[in-house]
Amino acid sequence: MKPRAIGKRRPYVRPMAGWWRKNPYFVEYMIHEGSAFFVAAYALVLLVGLLRLSQGEAAWNGWLFALHSPLSIAGHLLLLAAMLYHAWTWFNIMPITLPPIFVAGKRLSASAITAGGVAATVLASVILLLVVWRLTS
Amino acid sequence: MVLPARRQNRKESRPAMSEIEKTIPIEVLRYRPEQDTEPVLQTFQVPFTDDMSVLQGLQYIKDYLDGSLSFRWSCRMAICGSCGMMVNGIPSLSCKTFLSDYYPAGLRIEALAHFPIERDLVIVMDDFIEKLESIKPYIIPKTPRALSEGEYLQTPAERDVYEQFSSCINCMLCYAACPQYGLNSKFVGPGIMALLHRYNMDSRDGGAEQRMELVHSEDGVFNCTAVGYCSEVCPKHVDPGNAVNINKTESAKDYFLRFVMPKGSNSGAAK
Repeated sequence: MKPRAIGKRRPYVRPMAGWWRKNPYFVEYMIHEGSAFFVAAYALVLLVGLLRLSQGEAAWNGWLFALHSPLSIAGHLLLLAAMLYHAWTWFNIMPITLPPIFVAGKRLSASAITAGGVAATVLASVILLLVVWRLTS
Repeated sequence: MVLPARRQNRKESRPAMSEIEKTIPIEVLRYRPEQDTEPVLQTFQVPFTDDMSVLQGLQYIKDYLDGSLSFRWSCRMAICGSCGMMVNGIPSLSCKTFLSDYYPAGLRIEALAHFPIERDLVIVMDDFIEKLESIKPYIIPKTPRALSEGEYLQTPAERDVYEQFSSCINCMLCYAACPQYGLNSKFVGPGIMALLHRYNMDSRDGGAEQRMELVHSEDGVFNCTAVGYCSEVCPKHVDPGNAVNINKTESAKDYFLRFVMPKGSNSGAAK
């Protein structure tokens, strides 16, 4: 005989609407995922530059001039801040995505992986800046 | 009605709660399917001492304030994985969470998120159990082996590869922490993936190819968007998010390797 209680089962499924607002961790997740839009926005800025370059010298100079406007500089500062934040969160999640890395028989810690990623970014950025500096001066 | 002797004894051996001055408000999300159309919050004033866990707070409510409160628990020491619930919105083992940390503001306890509520703090875990069975969570020998051949040998280094993932106690906190599972419960989810990975990584096991089909599938690892909260809330430091994401790489490897591997080779390539 089935237990009587079985007929009273009425599992309640809670709604997921607004799930990301319910926990600060998820809010941060949405912000750092959202910061990818700024990366895409900067790619668009560069692509427009490429397009203007293909349209001749006047178009290219016009694009360069537009970059000097206060609005453009403010926009670039915002983009830089968002991209730095995006990069930081990206390296922060990197340890979760990598298989265990062993150095001298010991597993590399999560913080070492994140620090390694940040260090590689800083190094690459400095090298790029130096190369551009050399080429343009 | 006469109370069972055990409960009577427990009442007597408890410190006299009436002598304890500190009380803390505990809000509990109640759901009694026979009377509630949806879950409702109910607040209890619970006297407590600094060494009392949230679970003990619930036990106090059940013993002295409202015997109809339902919740799961067993070991009281973070081994059995039964008492997972949301404490102030954070997936927690209630035996490992302490009332004094929430004093004097109080706390809100709800059933584990992303699972249907059966009653009060008890969730329906059928989905989890079915997934657990589906990954064949046992060692599948590479070749049939007679008992007379003796035990499998494994070096400490071979054990280290999977040991972390074998610490899972099936408490399901990682599922309550995974919005992707909440949005699509077909997703195999973090805890089960950690267990799948644990067996795939075991040097004694030969079942990886069978299990990888689930990894590759629509319900597999690519539902994960690397939120990472699963690993954050894991009480046993299993890092289930790591297991899921390592298997994204494994799955991608299998996918591309099938183009270069000769047909019929035993490569574990995607079907």
